[in-house]
Amino acid sequence: MLILDKDNFESQVLKASGLVLVDFWGEGCEPCKALMPDFEALESEYEGKVVFGKLNTSQERRLAISQRVLGLPTVVLYKDGTRMGECTKDQANPAGIKELIAQHL
Amino acid sequence: MNNTLEMVYDVIIIGAGPAGLSAGLYAARAKMSTLILERDRTGGQIAGTEEVANYPGSIKDATGPSLVARMVEQAEEFGAVRMRADVSGFDFEGTIKTVYTDKGELKAKSIILAMGAKPRLLDVPGEKLLSGKGVSYCATCDAEFFTDLEVYVFGGGDTALEEAMFIAKFARKVTIVHRRDQFRAAKSIVEKAMNHPKIEMVLNTGAKRIIGDGMVQGIELENFITGECKEVLADPNDGLMGVFVFVGYLPETGLVKDLVKLDANGYIITDENMKTDIPGVFVAGDIRSKSLRQVVTATADGAIAAVMAEKYVDSLHD
Repeated sequence: MLILDKDNFESQVLKASGLVLVDFWGEGCEPCKALMPDFEALESEYEGKVVFGKLNTSQERRLAISQRVLGLPTVVLYKDGTRMGECTKDQANPAGIKELIAQHL
Repeated sequence: MNNTLEMVYDVIIIGAGPAGLSAGLYAARAKMSTLILERDRTGGQIAGTEEVANYPGSIKDATGPSLVARMVEQAEEFGAVRMRADVSGFDFEGTIKTVYTDKGELKAKSIILAMGAKPRLLDVPGEKLLSGKGVSYCATCDAEFFTDLEVYVFGGGDTALEEAMFIAKFARKVTIVHRRDQFRAAKSIVEKAMNHPKIEMVLNTGAKRIIGDGMVQGIELENFITGECKEVLADPNDGLMGVFVFVGYLPETGLVKDLVKLDANGYIITDENMKTDIPGVFVAGDIRSKSLRQVVTATADGAIAAVMAEKYVDSLHD
């Protein structure tokens, strides 16, 4: 699991090749904390196919807003650095995330 | 379940908010085999609340999540089992009820429906498209994003005013917009909000649409007395603004609306013992037709439902 911040986001996500899935979460966000174990469990399921990362928006608010993330939890899928799609709020669950990946795998 | 001898619980509780957790605590304490199903997060609506000041006894460390954590611990201590599962349907016929879930079919002698309620939408153009893009229904999740920005809060009840004060910890300015000429919230809360230096209030006004391309950049408001409509746009230096919606709730009755009786607003009708017309099916919490939806009434419902479920399961064995 990549721990993303403003220093490595560009190299690890925006300039990375292949699929990168980023979990934008926040310190006060209870639904984010509920989603985290599921998100971590999915990582092994997609090993070698999708790189997983998480970004603490409480620490990196401007970076999150620059990625048009203004609501939590939001999971964004990038392919070769291009934003392909996202699951936010109610859709940010294991089934929604799997569906998002399946569209672009 | 892969057990060769299929487990039949004494009670399955659908929902893990205060109503479900209280029911779980009472049921497990009565030595019923108790399963609590939760869809995504434990705690229900209260888990997203920063401060719970009106639940008796919750004075110190009175945040929603801490209260929920203590309720969970207590229910589990008595032996209630929690499971993450997405329920897709029910079969309430006969003495053994079936709950269909993404984790398989689960069976129980009694069921307590405690699915709660979800936030009601403003139901205006732009709202759904911009949800998660500046439109939010969860202050503890999203208020941080609006640090030093302007926020509009819609609603006039306790939740709207309390959440507005929470958002004002971050935002530069918070405007509470309410449809009516006065607030429904408790007087003490209204007073606190009115005296808040960052909070402004606009009455007799509603949202007409939410404006923005990719994120919220403005809203159109309608004054119900003058009929006047005006667009409010984000400060160009900000480029975006927040819209938080706290205009009441809708019961989560999608799965049971054809199985149990609902009132005109869609809440499940029970008697004072939380019973539905179906033997062995009980209801607790915000999903139930009642006059006050608070943690304290949810936990009371849960206790009653569990005791009634216990009596019902006992009667099956007679």
